[in-house]
This record gives sequence, structure tokens and C-alpha cells, in this order.
Amino acid sequence: VGVVLIAQLIIILVVFLALIHAAAGMVWVERKVCAYIQQRVGPTRTGWAGLLQPFADIIKLLFKEELRPKAADAFLFTLAPIISATTAFVAFSTIPFGAPTTFFGLLPEPVGLEVADVNVGLLVVFAVASMGVYGIVISGWASNSKYSLLGALRSSAQMISYELAYGTALATVIVMAESLSVRDIVDAQQGTWLGVLPRWYVFPQLVGFLIFMTAGIAETNRAPFDFPEAEQELVAGYHTEYSSTRFALFFLAEYINMVTVSAVATSLFLGGWHGPFLPVEFGWIWFLLKVGFLLFVYVWIRWTLPRYRYDQLMQFGWKFLLPVAVINLLATAAVVLYFNV
Amino acid sequence: MSDVLFYVFGAVAVLTSALVIGQSNPMYSVLLLVASFGAISGLYVLLDAPFLAVIQIIVYAGAIMVLFLYVVMLLNAPQEDATQWDRLHPLRQPGAARLGVILAALLVVQLAWALSKTSGIGEAVANDDATVVSSVTEIGRVMFTEYTFAFEATSLLILVAMVGAILLARREGE
Repeated sequence: VGVVLIAQLIIILVVFLALIHAAAGMVWVERKVCAYIQQRVGPTRTGWAGLLQPFADIIKLLFKEELRPKAADAFLFTLAPIISATTAFVAFSTIPFGAPTTFFGLLPEPVGLEVADVNVGLLVVFAVASMGVYGIVISGWASNSKYSLLGALRSSAQMISYELAYGTALATVIVMAESLSVRDIVDAQQGTWLGVLPRWYVFPQLVGFLIFMTAGIAETNRAPFDFPEAEQELVAGYHTEYSSTRFALFFLAEYINMVTVSAVATSLFLGGWHGPFLPVEFGWIWFLLKVGFLLFVYVWIRWTLPRYRYDQLMQFGWKFLLPVAVINLLATAAVVLYFNV
Repeated sequence: MSDVLFYVFGAVAVLTSALVIGQSNPMYSVLLLVASFGAISGLYVLLDAPFLAVIQIIVYAGAIMVLFLYVVMLLNAPQEDATQWDRLHPLRQPGAARLGVILAALLVVQLAWALSKTSGIGEAVANDDATVVSSVTEIGRVMFTEYTFAFEATSLLILVAMVGAILLARREGE
């Protein structure tokens, strides 16, 4: 039992460090991809190809002065970034990134490569993500500044609206896999159809996948849905009054949330760690490749599409995305029930 | 272990719930209520009902309380109005406050009566088949067969309330 416990603690540490470094790496990817899309070269001076740039950024941020507006609510102002960062880390806890393994015989029994295998794991991800909105709302209110408040109001309205489409897209996969456990859903996508096409849910559920990714971009407040922090209108939105470490926590949370949404999409629609050519012990390589691809799409979309108008966002969410998601769910349920697949 | 956790979650739930009504700042009241929901959700986990625990977080803490916060922020009332009535004895305050005191007293009497009637709550919980409660399939089956009427009636009530709210908020001539 002792060895297994140590292995699980190591897995927790690995997930924690991986998320922090994924956030740092994404900052670099974001700047590089954006630069090439705009025919520039991006950071090149700090380290090889500018790879140390995010670390330079973080060090710079940590040594800045911590400012707090005089009229701000001191307790909530400090609490908000902590909530944001904590929920971002916790949301990843039930996502498996590889098949259960004994680490080449080191352990007496195989351990699952995730922090916690919960039988309602998918709902846990959803619940924790829905708590993340508090960090933004509280920061907006506690700052006692109009830009922050407007950003927070926009954010909460946007997240509530898109959570419905997001949840409905999740439900289609739950109906197909007949389980709420992320591990079971991934395992249901093992193997191939007709010997060539992997049994990934993205093929029968292309509509669901597109809805999920669209709602996911809105949930993480990324362009073209980045209204809570629309620079031209709201300075920086909910984190206008934040500086130094507290700002860094918000920044970290945003990037980790992107990684989480990509990881959930990978597990639900792209077959998780299952893939051809690699033995099952190295499935985590497939997982990383798929998550990396989705993260690239995230950045690609941000620097290609202009921001919508706020009323367009609401119209799109309520009058297009949600009805399509509901029809898709009903159709999926009917097909599953009729053919008993 | 689970006994200790029960007392921790229980204490947090009771304490935060009590603090909710003791705040002068509505923002803090809402956040304490969220903390209380979190503690109750922890109690559900101890009762082997993870589905209920997660639903409690998603529906109450994640959706309904965000709407509460939204309203508090839009009204932007940092302090509830402290009126001249505040220093009076509860029973001598005007209309609504007096009714509230009477209702609270009734609730206490009712709870005491209910607790005196029920015996052996512990046994009832111990005998309950926990696996039935936690199974999502079972909850769905029961909700759409045995309790269909209650389920549909609740939906209808919520719909009526929603239509009423929209009607009240609509401006003339639209």
C-alpha cells in the first residue's frame, strides 16, 4: 500500500507541475504563433528561440509592487485570485492522461494515471469549472472600479449562458458512453470502426464536438469571446486593478483553464490516450499530442477571428448554440435508444 | 475519519448559515451561503451520494448563487439600509419584521415537534441501501416513473414564475 500511495502522490505532483509549465509554455506558444500570423518573429532573445521568455515574464511580475485600490474590499480582493487559481488546478483532477500502469513492474498493482478516479468525474470537472466564475465576479466587485465591475458582470452572464450549451454537449457523450466516469468514457472509444477509423466520438458527434469547443472558448473567456477583458472597452476587465502576484494568478488560471478544456475535449471526443502505433504504456504521448493540437487551435482562433459584439455573443449562445445542442442531444438519445448501440 | 469529517462539514454548514443572516454586507451573505452549500455537498459525499453532492455544487453553488451575486452587484448596495427601527425590540418593529419573528418562532416549534416524533434517525440512515441512492441510473428511473407528477408539476411552477417575472420586467409598448 505504501508504494502505491507514494506513486499517487508523485502523480499529483506531476500533474501540478505539468499544469504550471503548460501555462508557461502556452504563453510562449501564444506569442510565437501570434507573431508568425502577423509576419513577425516574436521573442528571440531570451533563451533559444525565446523559450525562456515566459519565465522572464513571471519573474518580472513577481517583483512588481502589489497594488490595491483604497476603496477595494481588502479580504475579497485577495481571495478572488486564489479562487481562480485553485479551481483551475482542481478541475484537472479527474481527467486521466494514460492507461492504468504499474510503471514497468515497479508497483504491485496498477494505478490510474489521474489524481482521483471518481465515478461522477465528468460532473466534477463541470462543477469545479462553474465555481471558477466566482473568482472573476468577486474580483470585479471587490476592486470597486467600474471597468472591473463591468468585466465581471459580462463574464458571469457569458459563463452562465454558455454553460448550458457546454453541459448539453457533454450530455451527448454521456448518453453514448453510458457513464459519468471520464476513464470509462475514454475506454469506450478504444478500437476502430471497420479496421481503419478510430472509434473516437468526434466522428459520430462532430456537431457535439464543435458545440463543446465553441462553448469552451466562451467559458475560458478567450477571443473571439473575450468580453470580460475586452481591452478597447474595459481596459483589462475584471483584473484591471490587479498587479504583481495576484495578476499572475489570474493569468495562470486562464491558461490552465484552456489546458483543462482541451484535455476534457480530448478525453470525450478524441479518444483520450488511445491511438494507433504506440503501445498502451505510452498512451500519454497521444494524450499530450491531442491536447497540444487543441491548444494550438485555441491560439490560432484567437489571432485569426475578430471579437464579436456583446449582443451578438448572447444571441449566438441562446438562439443558435443552445437549440442546436438540445436537438443534437435528443437525436443522439433517440438513436442510442432505437439501435441500442 | 468519516466521523471527524462529518463534524467538520456539519460545523462549517451551521456556522456559515448562521453568519449569512448576520452580515450587513449582502455580498458576504451570498458568499457565505456558497460556503454553506459546499459543506452540505461534503456531507452528501460522506453519505455515499456523490451524484447529489456534485449536482448540489453545479445547480446551487454554481448557477443559482451566481445569479444572486449578479443581482447584488447590479443593485450595488454595499450596506443594507439601517433604519430607525433597528434598535427596537423585534416584536415592536413594524409589519414585515414582526411577521418574520412570528414565522421564525413557528419554525422552531415545528422543528422541535418533528424531532420529538422521529426516533432513531441513525438507524434509518444505516439501513438505507446506499448504492441505490448513489446510482445515477436509479435516480433517473425513479424521477421519471414514480415521481413523474411531482417532477412535471415543479417544472410547470418554475415556468409560471419565469413567465411572471418576464411580464413584470417588460416595459410598456414593447
